[in-house]
Amino acid sequence: MAEHEGPRTTGFDTLTLHAGQQPDPVTGARATPIYQSASFVFPDSDFAVGLFNIERAGHVYSRLSNPTNAVLEERVSALEGGVGAIATASGQAAMHLAIATLCSAGDHIVASRSLYGGTHNLLEYTLPRFGIETTFVDPRAIDAFRNAITPSTKLLFGEILGNPGLEVLDLPALGEVAHDAGMPLVVDSTFATPYLCKPLEHGADIVVHSATKFLSGHGIVIGGLLVDGGTFDWGASDRFPTMTEPYEGFHELIFAEEFGPLAFITRARKEGIRDFGACMAPTTAFHVLQGLETLPLRMQRHVENTRRIVAFLDGHDAVESVLYPELDAHPDRELASRLLPKGAGAVFSFNIKGGRNAGRAFIEALSLFSHLANIGDAKSLVIHPASTTHHRMSPTALANAGIGEGLVRLSIGLEDPGDLIEDLARGLRRSQRA
Amino acid sequence: MYVDVNAERVFVSTGASRHQPDAPAIVFVHGAGMDHSVWVMLSRYFARHGFNASAIDLPGHGRSQGEPLNTIDAMGDWLADVVDVLGFDKSIIVGHSMGSLVAHRFAVTHLDRCRAIALLGTSVPMPVTEALMMAAADNHHAAIEMINTWSHSSQGKVGANNNPGVWMMGIGERLLERAGRGVLHADLEACNSYSGVSQEIVCPSLVIAAGADLMTPARAGLEVAKALPQTDIVNLEDCGHFMLSERPNEVLSAVATFVRGL
Repeated sequence: MAEHEGPRTTGFDTLTLHAGQQPDPVTGARATPIYQSASFVFPDSDFAVGLFNIERAGHVYSRLSNPTNAVLEERVSALEGGVGAIATASGQAAMHLAIATLCSAGDHIVASRSLYGGTHNLLEYTLPRFGIETTFVDPRAIDAFRNAITPSTKLLFGEILGNPGLEVLDLPALGEVAHDAGMPLVVDSTFATPYLCKPLEHGADIVVHSATKFLSGHGIVIGGLLVDGGTFDWGASDRFPTMTEPYEGFHELIFAEEFGPLAFITRARKEGIRDFGACMAPTTAFHVLQGLETLPLRMQRHVENTRRIVAFLDGHDAVESVLYPELDAHPDRELASRLLPKGAGAVFSFNIKGGRNAGRAFIEALSLFSHLANIGDAKSLVIHPASTTHHRMSPTALANAGIGEGLVRLSIGLEDPGDLIEDLARGLRRSQRA
Repeated sequence: MYVDVNAERVFVSTGASRHQPDAPAIVFVHGAGMDHSVWVMLSRYFARHGFNASAIDLPGHGRSQGEPLNTIDAMGDWLADVVDVLGFDKSIIVGHSMGSLVAHRFAVTHLDRCRAIALLGTSVPMPVTEALMMAAADNHHAAIEMINTWSHSSQGKVGANNNPGVWMMGIGERLLERAGRGVLHADLEACNSYSGVSQEIVCPSLVIAAGADLMTPARAGLEVAKALPQTDIVNLEDCGHFMLSERPNEVLSAVATFVRGL
């Protein structure tokens, strides 16, 4: 085959600044305005009907869409390489919207067992009340995903980097399992952001984000994004009546027939956001957009700082082990180098010698690291997962997820790495006196 | 819905409405490597406004069976078979890019079945650059990248779509990726070899040109318009070839205004 070369396309860094937006045609505003308006005036009656009937492009009501949110949605979709996105009230709302768009009572999910505690809670305890069951499997056991699939399974789910054990999800292998079984692979890529990994390029079909974390980057908002890759052919699978059968709630519309690659995201907007209503506030979208403008710069620095700190902890006497996929000892090192070549993120965990008491002493001795329940802030953060983010999990589930009593999770910020290391050194000294 | 045409299943998107006896017919024909979904807004609009709207998948495209047809002439004749099966006496044919050539050909050879044509992003002839043709012949992704990049305006390449949350470059790429092996090349060959004569067309026509169209430059569309006997012309400034995603409202308004004036 002859060599062929496509034309140059817009670079990632440019898209973080420009995708989805142009200077306001009326005012000339360069920044994205905050359209703090519940509703939008219809030019005429026929156009109004057209908007409701998906004949016209535009905005009706800010629960369904909003011009500020639309810039964010388009921008994240561009960065992930998708066809469209929906901004949601939180990462949890994005996750729920993905599931609610595809699953009904009686349906089933196969998920990694190494998940954010809130997601685990949703899948393990809350969704079963609505008839949606989940089987949890080891994220590294590809056959376990395959074997857990039943006739009612609708999707495979995992986090690109497991929380808090940093297991790297084998996207190409899992994508193949999912597609062979006629279902999409849904991936939470919060830890990576599209700067470090674009799951859609590796086999995922749908991506969810907590925009609260690195996307916005400053710990000031709660938000989420649901991104549709447009890659999954819903019409070719018999598992998705919500996509392939007439929808009574929209005049017998068949999404997969009419919307092609936009079928999933259109259904999510026309049903899920409309009916469940977990939309993002436009001011939140504005804040996330501000964060996105510096995403490449921040992620580079997050990763550089993380590597310095991982190196410091990895050889420290008070540390039993460090879980970071770039370390030789990490079982997913090779996979991480393929899927996350620019860095395995800025969140990682380590086991401190002395267990729970040592962990408490360590955390309480820190001054630059903030002890709180979040990640992806510009400021460095620390938490003890077993007693906080994952405290609702049973001892067995904790053990299965690799969360021990002495496990501490760090989210590395943008401070001077020397200052962070000094802070950690002080904490480790105190920990060993506890 | 599906209909059987020449013993093969053909998909026809009807704007979520059932066709009605005696309603006027409007048929939409997609471009190279595309499918009916590019017309979703227009087909829904015309269905609601009393038309038998039919956005078809050409053979081998989207949900239609069969091999792609190798010439525009064959596509025009096939379209005549489709409107026969659908029971349409006279139809308005709306085509984009390669679809505009199909509409053009239909108006030349099936003038008694053609009420009007709307040609979006058109050029007669429609030459295809060698680099694109060669990449398409090899089913190489570069062909998709060329079409997708050259089909968007400068602004279109970074978005700002008024269809909320939709990333135009992503849709263009995914649609083209869905085309089966060989489909894009067959379509481009058909475009490249078409040489219809516009002066033979007698029905009313609309030409929508796009100012930033690198695939079918606006001046080429305006040349087509000049050769047509009864033509309305709409020029979308700063818009790329994929006008249905870059300017869906303006395209719909232009077609609706034209159809109302018939």
